[in-house]
Amino acid sequence: MDIFLIVFLVVQVLIITLAVTTGFAYLTWYERRLLARFQNRVGPNRAGPLGLLQPVADAVKLFFKEDVIPTASDKVVYLLAPVLAVMTAIVIWAVIPFGCFNLNGDHTACFDPARRDEVWNALQVAEVNIGILFILAVTSIGVYGITLAGWASNSKYAMLGGIRASAQLISYELAFGMAVLSVVMFGGTLSTWEIVLAQEGLWFFFPLILGFLLFMISATAELVRTPFDLVEAEQELTSGYNTEYGSMKFALFFMSEYIKMIAMSAIATTLFLGGWRFPGLETLGDGVAALAGPWPAAIIVGLVSLGSFLLKVAMFLFMLVWLRASWPRMRYDQLMQFGWKSLLPLAILNLVMIPVVVVLVPDNRYIQTAILFVLGIAAIFGAARIGGRGRVKSKVELVQPVAEGKQASAASSAPASQQTSGVAS
Amino acid sequence: MYDNYVFLGLFLIAAISFPVLPLIVARLIRPKRPTPIKQSTYECGLEVIGDFHVQFKIQYYLYALAFVIFDIEVVFLYPWAVAYPELGMPALFAMLIFLAILAFSLVYDWRKGALEWI
Repeated sequence: MDIFLIVFLVVQVLIITLAVTTGFAYLTWYERRLLARFQNRVGPNRAGPLGLLQPVADAVKLFFKEDVIPTASDKVVYLLAPVLAVMTAIVIWAVIPFGCFNLNGDHTACFDPARRDEVWNALQVAEVNIGILFILAVTSIGVYGITLAGWASNSKYAMLGGIRASAQLISYELAFGMAVLSVVMFGGTLSTWEIVLAQEGLWFFFPLILGFLLFMISATAELVRTPFDLVEAEQELTSGYNTEYGSMKFALFFMSEYIKMIAMSAIATTLFLGGWRFPGLETLGDGVAALAGPWPAAIIVGLVSLGSFLLKVAMFLFMLVWLRASWPRMRYDQLMQFGWKSLLPLAILNLVMIPVVVVLVPDNRYIQTAILFVLGIAAIFGAARIGGRGRVKSKVELVQPVAEGKQASAASSAPASQQTSGVAS
Repeated sequence: MYDNYVFLGLFLIAAISFPVLPLIVARLIRPKRPTPIKQSTYECGLEVIGDFHVQFKIQYYLYALAFVIFDIEVVFLYPWAVAYPELGMPALFAMLIFLAILAFSLVYDWRKGALEWI
């Protein structure tokens, strides 16, 4: 490797890490603003226009906070845990193609799997042929950060949070791994780059609709976000595994959570929504190449593909915030039951469905897609029917009017007493 | 080709140094006035009673065991998933039998009550 390549690589890595961190900072802003809108509030709007400087203010605050390390904690592990959490969240980004900006100045190579060696992509750090395995391995290591944090704090709630986290994460990792496996089956490759190329004219969302649903559910659980945020159930566990963490170390956990959120959205985009692909992108590149030459075409394709990728990621992030705004938290037994008794059987069904259709149906992607789409929808609705059978039908009952004398004692349970007084008046 | 693994290694170094740097910078600029009260365990805001080594449920271990089994079985599926369209029917049947065993072990766990959260 010559020196130029190394300098280029260092700059590329720096830009990507900085972009991811800025993305994290503004994701907190995005989430707070959106949540506020969902709850009919305004949200942070004081620091800078539209509150855009709020993340900066938060960062400065956390930098200047005194760092308290509990004397009871296991110091080395206590310090190591947040570093591990952030490291795993960032390192996923190495294999995700953000777009295709071919530095050899030829945009057509971007769209041809056979010409992979001619692509020197500025928008992907490492194109390894085991990208998917890498993603799975790294997301599994993420569990350690949380569990070790809970263990090293020497605090009961942190410990419980850590144990809960490990049990939840490993339970949903199975369904997660199987959902990703369905993409590997249909795409026939483990490289993220080739998976994006294999989605030419057909986003994997359509044939793998069941896999997509499983992926989204288990990814939400892996991110420990509502409705699966049992790890941080503040009513039961104070703050879960990060109870004893403050200042910058708390910020690192926060950061890892949000960077993982962006990373999961990026993985979902890459696997199911065609990654950086956009309808008509190749035609656009060809047109620009005919008018202005190969380099402008490569630049335009790079920019449009990056834009399309970011747009899809932003859509997933919006969905995650929307979920948080509208779903209550599950109970822990429900969580485990759902993971093992609903998602896992569905994931195995998905793994049976795809190879059977791919092998038995003649080599036509679109016929296979149609069959898999219908089967997937049928499986989703079937599962919903079977799963809904045991559910207790909730009946709305009128609250009995409370006698005058008892009203004072009933006031302690606020919602009930409000309802009774409403009925009484 | 192998260059890409070098890139991955470099990215790993960047990813490790990234969380370490803010910790060092914060250490340089923040105040540090520790007191025994400040450094006691917070837990839920009250004085800590008892040991942190709380007992937790045996179910956690059962889930962990089930996870290890299923995860390893899924790992076996990966090489096949890349290659099965060329391998044709025999490989498909072999893997369907494997998946049936996988499903059976899930049913077994289920019936034995290992997946019950008590």
